[in-house]
Amino acid sequence: MSLVSAERIKLFSTRSPWACGLLAIALPVAFTALLAAQAGGDLEIDIGATQLTAGLGRSVVLVLAALAVTSEYRFGTIRSTFQAVPNRSAALLAKALVVAGLTGVIGACVGFGCWAMFRLIKPNAGLALDSGQDWRTVAGQALVFALAALLALGVGILVRQTAGAVALLLVYSLLVESLVTLIPKVGQDIQHWLPFFAADRFIGVGRDNGAREVVDLPLTPWGYLLYFAVIALAVLTAGIFSATRRDA
Amino acid sequence: MIEAVGLTKRYGKTLAVDNLSFSVPTGRVTGFLGPNGAGKSTTMRMILGLDTPTGGSALIDGKRYRDLHQPLRTVGALLDAKWVHPNRSARAHLQWMAKSNKLPARRVDEVLEIVGLTAVAGKRAGGFSLGMSQRLGIAAALLGDPQVLLFDEPVNGLDPEGILWIRKFMHRLADEGRTVFVSSHLLSEMALTAQELVVIGRGKLISQSSTEDFVAQATENTVRVRSPQLAVLRGALGRLGANLRDEGENLVVSGMDCADIGELAAREGVVLHELSPQRGSLEEAFMQLTGDSVEYHTELTDGQTPATLVPAGK
Repeated sequence: MSLVSAERIKLFSTRSPWACGLLAIALPVAFTALLAAQAGGDLEIDIGATQLTAGLGRSVVLVLAALAVTSEYRFGTIRSTFQAVPNRSAALLAKALVVAGLTGVIGACVGFGCWAMFRLIKPNAGLALDSGQDWRTVAGQALVFALAALLALGVGILVRQTAGAVALLLVYSLLVESLVTLIPKVGQDIQHWLPFFAADRFIGVGRDNGAREVVDLPLTPWGYLLYFAVIALAVLTAGIFSATRRDA
Repeated sequence: MIEAVGLTKRYGKTLAVDNLSFSVPTGRVTGFLGPNGAGKSTTMRMILGLDTPTGGSALIDGKRYRDLHQPLRTVGALLDAKWVHPNRSARAHLQWMAKSNKLPARRVDEVLEIVGLTAVAGKRAGGFSLGMSQRLGIAAALLGDPQVLLFDEPVNGLDPEGILWIRKFMHRLADEGRTVFVSSHLLSEMALTAQELVVIGRGKLISQSSTEDFVAQATENTVRVRSPQLAVLRGALGRLGANLRDEGENLVVSGMDCADIGELAAREGVVLHELSPQRGSLEEAFMQLTGDSVEYHTELTDGQTPATLVPAGK
């Protein structure tokens, strides 16, 4: 528990997590307001539509989580950390717990914030949360954000450099996964097994069009969440494993 | 007590630390001396479990660092004063370290008081001068009130006031009965601070002894003689087996002290114009001992472009 407190002090005593956290919430909520104001024509209004901009927040959270560890490598404090806590796995797991907790809260704020903003602007659109699926779409952002953050933390530990880790994460999550469909024949099938696609399937929101539902998917939404969780934890484990082997 | 046994670290083809064995006795200040790039920082990182040795081991009171429970209570270290997040306040930096080893929060204010940073505790560490950063690093090392302290080049880049403060501080720590292991590439500094010396060059042990012995051994005591009748004196000294060396018009004698030479001159009826003891400088002695082991020689003598200077190991 003391390790978790130490990591909490570390995370909240610099400015960048605060800035990233506020940005991660403000960006998607603000864009949801824009979207809602123009909704009604092409865009079919359902719960899924309220979460269309959440991906913006998720990208910022990837940066937040990667920074939480790459800045330690950048400024050498990772050495002070390992000096204070020679059990590196324990130190990094404590960090993972704190980052997951914070980003989970951010995810919940984004999920409910976007939904509330949409509902405020379109009060008559029937956006009450009255099915399990509706709740999954909105509250599920907490799980997706936390898992995405753990994945980013793992990448951060592996890459160690802020610019490298952030570029890798953003280019992959924003571009590579959508571009994969350009591969003839197998592109679509490959995409069905990519991590951020999986996360989006759990939420039930399309990458480019909220209304289009893909029918022949290999996993159920909860199956996709589990799949995303396994990938995120695998990357984190790889990161922690390499940190215990490397010279600090 | 810190004990290194056959400590070895290899980076690719470079052998940074080569089968290094030494011990740092309890309750004394031990200097860790060697030219830049000799492997001092690497050795210290291995003692602290930050780098894994290629071979051998380093033990603190018989335990590997990794096996220490709440290590800040046993070993405090300052390897690099810049290992602080520039946007974190000095107090927050110490707070997380204290928390990680279950140290009471009031200890943070205590160590800030000890190093005299109380007034700037809430300020960003990034705005600190080198001297203040160094003090913050020492505060961090003292957090757990440890019996063993490691400092890597603590006076490097400090102004005279800072150097004096650090020097006094080391003595105070040793007077409190703590074991202090402090590295430096300056023998003159170590001669003032350390009681014991571990000297390395190119990753190898050159000597381990008390500072006094090292200085006596390393510096050659000679006597300079000036006389109009040098030839006579030279013959008499030669018969007694003294080592003689010409230095311009003078004669430099080693292996005999002033009194012996003076008495000999009186017996032989030789007039002396000068008879003065010469003490070799510490730096010269150090250069002599480690001369072969300096990693990056500069070729300034042959009049060509000097070799590129390579920065020190940290």
